[in-house]
Amino acid sequence: MSLIRIRNLGRCYVMASEVVHALRGASLDIGKGEYVAIMGPSGSGKSTLMNLLGCLDTPSEGEFLLNDKNVASMNDNQLAEIRNREIGFVFQSFNLLPRSDALHNVELPLIYSGVPKGERREMARSALAHVGLENRMHHRPNELSGGQRQRVAIARALVNNPSIVLADEPTGNLDSRTGEEILALFDQLSWKGNTIIVVTHEEEVAQHARRVIRLRDGLIAEDAPNLRYRTPHSEGGVTLPPPIA
Amino acid sequence: MTTTEELRESFLIALTALRANVLRSALTTLGVIIGIVTVTLMGTAINGLNNAFQRSVATMGADTLFIQRFAWFSNEDWRVVRNRRPLTMQNAHDLERVVTLATAVSVESDFNGTVTYEKKKARGVWIMGNTDRSIDVRGLSIAKGRWFNAAEVGSARNVCVLGNYLAERFFQNQSPLGHRVKVNDIQYEVVGVIDKMGTFFTGFNMDNQLIIPVTRFENDFQERPDYHILVKAKDATRLDDAEEELRGIMRKLRRIEPGMPDDFAINRQEAFLNFFRAVGGTIAAVGLFITSLSLFVGGIGIMNIMFVSVAERTKEIGIRKAIGAKRRSILLQFLVEAALITLFAGILGILVSWPLTLVINRFMAAQMSWWLVAIALLVSVLTGIIAGFIPAWRASKLDPVEALRAE
Repeated sequence: MSLIRIRNLGRCYVMASEVVHALRGASLDIGKGEYVAIMGPSGSGKSTLMNLLGCLDTPSEGEFLLNDKNVASMNDNQLAEIRNREIGFVFQSFNLLPRSDALHNVELPLIYSGVPKGERREMARSALAHVGLENRMHHRPNELSGGQRQRVAIARALVNNPSIVLADEPTGNLDSRTGEEILALFDQLSWKGNTIIVVTHEEEVAQHARRVIRLRDGLIAEDAPNLRYRTPHSEGGVTLPPPIA
Repeated sequence: MTTTEELRESFLIALTALRANVLRSALTTLGVIIGIVTVTLMGTAINGLNNAFQRSVATMGADTLFIQRFAWFSNEDWRVVRNRRPLTMQNAHDLERVVTLATAVSVESDFNGTVTYEKKKARGVWIMGNTDRSIDVRGLSIAKGRWFNAAEVGSARNVCVLGNYLAERFFQNQSPLGHRVKVNDIQYEVVGVIDKMGTFFTGFNMDNQLIIPVTRFENDFQERPDYHILVKAKDATRLDDAEEELRGIMRKLRRIEPGMPDDFAINRQEAFLNFFRAVGGTIAAVGLFITSLSLFVGGIGIMNIMFVSVAERTKEIGIRKAIGAKRRSILLQFLVEAALITLFAGILGILVSWPLTLVINRFMAAQMSWWLVAIALLVSVLTGIIAGFIPAWRASKLDPVEALRAE
């Protein structure tokens, strides 16, 4: 059984009396534990697909089952609940709340899912420790570097233990060295069994994934395993665990 | 998500947002502060007037019927009623003999005059003729000395009882008992002082009075005074029955033929209450309406600033929605923010109007009460919720994709 099952998914927008088909009939399955990159030039429909996969938007046509639940027919509040439980977002521009410290930013999904305060704190602390920010918990985003901000965002994405981590150009606002660090973190998460979907237009980023889906003109042009997938290796002096089959 | 958690988070967000925009929040609050101040001051004035009125009317006694020539607050034609015969002492005596539903009858008459003691002179004193029973019927109590007795009334002795204010004015700390005061060069020996009665809501000082036996009053001032006959009913709950009995007796005594209208009126405290309810209610409603206009203007300011706040934080709303905030959470967040601003304004408004009330109270009746404070705070919170609703509703309906794209 696949985690995500999409059939003939389409999304069109009406812009000034003109109908734009951003996505026209995409079909794909993504299983648990997969690490998938979605690629394509701008205007290819990858943002539209990401919004649909992230349950931020609903399709105009087609079928979208997430964990066997029909997302296509859900209302705003049900979608909010799905986003809260099933999806952890990592954005290009981090999207942290500027006036809240790292800890509170990470706590946020738990607040909306009603986890009691004590437990919430503990979970947020351990998520931050996980991304190596145990010493930055009470720093605000503007007191953190870009890489640290993205780590906070990743901790926030993971804290609710979601089914999917959905990353939109996660390294787009970072220098290449920091970008590599973030991608290494994704590798690690993948090896631990997290399902990761990365939307990107950078080949180097996509090469971390084990499967690459290429979009063109609102259609899936290619869906293939990543032949250049790098085997696990030690990084920064830390021996990373082997991938889960 | 539990409601308490949601509220707690909303409070934190609101406080953070307010702290980030102190000046803006303060300026916005000003409109609501002014609104709350005006409404609260109006409230204290109405409250003060109401209390003064209740106190005044209470001095009239709920179980007392006033038989007089004219009805209070009536719209009878003056040309018809002005020729009514005065009520006489004989009327009162006869009435007292036959009435069954009353415990006491008092006859009284009054005028405004000047009273002197040695070199001291008091103008505009309420000079009354009373009987020995008047103390019970009027519900007065004695502070010093005594009331005059039946023998003194019968023999028209030159004795008097002073109102508290008058006694203090003439005698300060000494006892006035046994001293003689003069009205129109006629001397009266002070036998008693009555307890403080206070001010009637019209501003009339009821303690500035001097009471003498009604027989003396007839001798010294008016030969045929226009008497009022006061009747204390046995049972305050059966006032209507008592009034009917009095009406029958009076018609017989004054030989009014069947079918002809009464040539007297029976008044009671209730007439005052009804009058006040009608007039006071209208004044209160109009006053509150006018003052609440300023609160309305303040509310518009809040609505405006909330629209700005929502627009500024579109991105934040998008982030919160992406992370799992439901519509309700976003709605609540902005409602709490608006309500917090106005609650703060309400508290400041009360802090301003409380001392103002004390100042105003020197010129006219005005009174702050906890009840009024509670209402003012409630109104300010409601203003915030109402003014903040449309902006908050808009925020809650934002499309997460669009909101995330905002800068």
